[in-house]
Amino acid sequence: MSPDFLFFLEIIVSGLMAGVMYSLVALGFVLIFKASGIFNFAQGVLCLFAALALYDFIAPGGWVDRWFGFTLPVWLGIIMTAGVMVIVAWLIERLVLRYLVNQAPIILFMATIGLAYVLEGMGDILFGSDVKPLDIGLPQGASDYMLDTFGLYVEKLEIVAAFVAAALVAVLAVFFQKTRIGRALRAVADDHQAALSVGISLRTIWVIVWSVAGIVAMVAGIMWGSKSGVQFSLSLIALKALPVLILGGFTSVPGAIIGGLIIGVGEKLAEIYVGPLFGGAIENWFAYMLALAFLLVRPQGLFGEKIIERV
Amino acid sequence: MLYRETGQFKPTYQADQAIFPIAQDRWFITAVLAVAFLVVPLLIDDYWANAIFLPFLAYALAAIGLNILTGYCGQVSLGTGGFMAVGAFSAFKLMTAFPDLNFIIVVILAGGVTALVGVLFGLPSLRIKGFYLAVATLAAQFFLVWLFNKVGWFINYNATGQVTAPPVEFFGVLIIGPEATPPARYLFCLAFVAVFALAAKNIVRGRIGRSWMAIRDMDIAAELIGIRPLEAKLSAFAVSSFYVGMAGALYFAVWLGAAEPGEAFGIEQSFFVLFIIIVGGLGSILGSFLGAAFMVLMPILLKNFMVNGIGVEVVTAKHVEITTMGILIVFFLIVEPHGLARLWQITKEKLRLWPFPH
Amino acid sequence: MKLTTLAKTVAAAAIAMPLMTAAASAYELVIPTLDYRTGAYAPNGIPFANGFTDYLTLLNNRDGGINGVMIKHVACETAYNTKQGVECYENTKNTEPSGALVYQPLSTGITYQLIPKSAVDKIPVFSMGYGRTSAANGTVFPWIFNFPATYWDQATVFVQYIGDKEGGMDKLKGKKIALVYHNSAYGKEPIRTLQKMSAKYGFSLLLLPVDHPGQEQKATWLQIRRERPDWTLMWGWGVMNQVAIKEAASIRYPMDHFIGVWWSGSENDVEPAGMAANGYLSGAFHAPGDKFPLHDEIKKYVYDKNQGTGERERIGEVLYNRGLVAAVWTVEAIRKAMEIHGTKEVRGEQVRDGFEALDVSEARLKELGLPGFTYAVKITCANHQGPGKVALQQWNAKAKQWKIVTKFYEPLSDITGPLIAEDSAQYAKENGITPRSCN
Repeated sequence: MSPDFLFFLEIIVSGLMAGVMYSLVALGFVLIFKASGIFNFAQGVLCLFAALALYDFIAPGGWVDRWFGFTLPVWLGIIMTAGVMVIVAWLIERLVLRYLVNQAPIILFMATIGLAYVLEGMGDILFGSDVKPLDIGLPQGASDYMLDTFGLYVEKLEIVAAFVAAALVAVLAVFFQKTRIGRALRAVADDHQAALSVGISLRTIWVIVWSVAGIVAMVAGIMWGSKSGVQFSLSLIALKALPVLILGGFTSVPGAIIGGLIIGVGEKLAEIYVGPLFGGAIENWFAYMLALAFLLVRPQGLFGEKIIERV
Repeated sequence: MLYRETGQFKPTYQADQAIFPIAQDRWFITAVLAVAFLVVPLLIDDYWANAIFLPFLAYALAAIGLNILTGYCGQVSLGTGGFMAVGAFSAFKLMTAFPDLNFIIVVILAGGVTALVGVLFGLPSLRIKGFYLAVATLAAQFFLVWLFNKVGWFINYNATGQVTAPPVEFFGVLIIGPEATPPARYLFCLAFVAVFALAAKNIVRGRIGRSWMAIRDMDIAAELIGIRPLEAKLSAFAVSSFYVGMAGALYFAVWLGAAEPGEAFGIEQSFFVLFIIIVGGLGSILGSFLGAAFMVLMPILLKNFMVNGIGVEVVTAKHVEITTMGILIVFFLIVEPHGLARLWQITKEKLRLWPFPH
Repeated sequence: MKLTTLAKTVAAAAIAMPLMTAAASAYELVIPTLDYRTGAYAPNGIPFANGFTDYLTLLNNRDGGINGVMIKHVACETAYNTKQGVECYENTKNTEPSGALVYQPLSTGITYQLIPKSAVDKIPVFSMGYGRTSAANGTVFPWIFNFPATYWDQATVFVQYIGDKEGGMDKLKGKKIALVYHNSAYGKEPIRTLQKMSAKYGFSLLLLPVDHPGQEQKATWLQIRRERPDWTLMWGWGVMNQVAIKEAASIRYPMDHFIGVWWSGSENDVEPAGMAANGYLSGAFHAPGDKFPLHDEIKKYVYDKNQGTGERERIGEVLYNRGLVAAVWTVEAIRKAMEIHGTKEVRGEQVRDGFEALDVSEARLKELGLPGFTYAVKITCANHQGPGKVALQQWNAKAKQWKIVTKFYEPLSDITGPLIAEDSAQYAKENGITPRSCN
């Protein structure tokens, strides 16, 4: 293979991988939007919060270590963190969402911004603001096999991320399609009132959805946290997920994945081949422009539900 | 008792359609303006100007702009920071290219340039709606900031990447630059904001404002009664961006005096102005002011209360401040989802009946 | 409704509070700090603020302040945000009794805010190695001090180091140097200097901007992987540093050919990358580590009394030491001001004179308990940037330690000098400043 082609291939692979990482964040948005029509601004902060909690369960110098003198094994830490996220979800429903049923979407959006502030402040108070290296034993660095055999650079962490994302989507699909709760979730997503009238508890459903979104946030937090260390900036990855979200459609789980892949590859190609013409760093706005271009063709995103309006 | 319109008869349509049909409202607003123009300048010092009044005025103007677009026309935008940057950099270029140009003209021209850019980025709104549009406006935000950061012409090829507003005189009084006195800067901004707030109030009451509201409430129905979405939406983008651009110019030139595109006009700025209008009240000019006051003042109040008042350590105070801001926002939304302006209205309605509730 | 009135009363009272400062009985030296212990850059802001604060506490505890006058340290939190920085500045500048004596703005944005204000409020600004590089020209910027070295000095030093490693400056011809930079005014600082040097020495320069915050840098590092620059420089900040170092390790870029600016060279930046960061280099103008007598004093007089602001075991981190040295120079300038003006009740204006006559020799450093910690600094009326010397430190991932591995290089002032003159002249022209005479 010619070096140029190989390089091209590398960009595609890296773009796909980066896209998967964005998808992980976007998934959380989709879940909540699908079930409650809320655009959850706090998703990024949830990722940060989960990663911080996990760090404190498993790392030397974390809370558990300081209080009890031992650290939890990684698997237990993850379960505990999932538990924390469920509690957070319950609190959010109990203290906020319950009082905002039937409000306009922008009001709910604003409420999640308030939540983001609260979680951010609480995160700082509870866990401190240092950079925390998160090591849960995920492989790091380039894959030696790929690099030595094919001269192709692929990062191991991202291969793992791809598998995790695939597993996550599979689990979510089964959960949504095959379980009782999943069916209830879909019913709520389709029509709040109809769901209520057949005896589905909206409140329970919201707690469940926010818990699931919290757990997805934890997975995203682990992946990104392993990459850069856990710190405040982790909450900013939400901005990377937004173009993915509009491209794939706010309500579609597969959309979040496909959208992520398109954005990932698109922005890398643009940055490397077009970027130098404009002096570089065009990645960020290019992702949005790309999504915008798709939207002009399909205003509800690639896989979003068609908006039907009646007078 | 105090606030009752009994006995105020309006013999003409004009009187009935005045902006403030109730006499007490007129007195109140006159009193507020009198205090703002006559009393505040006597008391204002650097701290009050730089930390409270100038940011309040600049953000209030930006919030009016965004409120026109989001509150009145229903198009959610997250590109405010980018549009403020357009205003700021237009002002900077005009100020350095034509040092003798009257600053009022500079600000208005800056608004005009922003209006053009706004219309351009408003085009997708004809097809995209709701949160999709909101996220799509982020494209404008990121692109514009990138542009000002990248193209040297906008910053006069300055080696540092930071632009500094040169000193400007306004009829012999220095209003921009380190030597400018707080009252001068404050009064200039205040006059600007007062005039354009009044203009906005009138625009939204008029034909064009009503067409925006029709589009907001239901665009298909609006179309059926003969409102052209193209015209209505783009005019909303234009007027909104005009205000936001002017706010950006004041924000940069009068308040900050120096700015860097990424830091001063980043995405946080867009969100901040959006918070202002939601907290203040969507579709309310008064709400823009109340929201700006809340968002600018509240963190400072909380901080001063905690640090100087009860002696909390500075960093803890900051964390508590962030958390409290969040709690307050959620609390307000739960108590009154339509913002502070609605609270004000409820207060007035209660006052009308007070002290006899029936 | 009653609630609103109540809120308003509380509001008015709270706003008025900073203005109602009680009259102090004795004279105190007010040193405000604009810390950032929250927000995206907090991991860097915390150790710096700790170092600075601990030194002031040490002086108060051990010596009863500076020459017997107590220090009143006023901390204000900016979250690295310019607007909050402005509020902090206005809030603290008139603190009784002395008024703010000097500001250390700690962010490029806040520095630019304070540059014009400093002359009006007569408070010097000590932007230690950051902010506006051309403020080195004391004739145009009498109130700004940016010693001991600037970003531009640093860029010339890095190229010299590369030259040394390649076997002479003439060997630079045909080499390729990449600059990975934070896409902001700060990150773009070294570009002009590097371009000028690239023209002079014949190396080619590859510019790779990374947008804030910089969590995703795949595109950047793929380009580096393809172009294979001989050396890579980095002007990074915050999370960008950690990600860049990891990415560099991933593509097997030789770490000892990867040099970061001094804001990309702290423990925070390399630790998340683990062993992969071994050998990474960064600029430095002071030593890392807690093996100096001053550190022992701090432990004894501050931490043993439970008055330390940070954790005991983190004393001596790179950024802690940077805060420490900033405090040392600030205090020395105040001492100098007392000496020049023959009074202990100095004001900001006099502290400026103290900075301008600052002379911290190596002998003086030894007296202060920091032998060999940094180099001698002497400031003059025209030269506010000091000697501009920079060394390189290297990260040892096994020992988890930074270590200075080179001499302190002299900057190439024939490169930076004209750039400084040009930029300060432009500023003077735009803002109608007549450069003062320094003779």
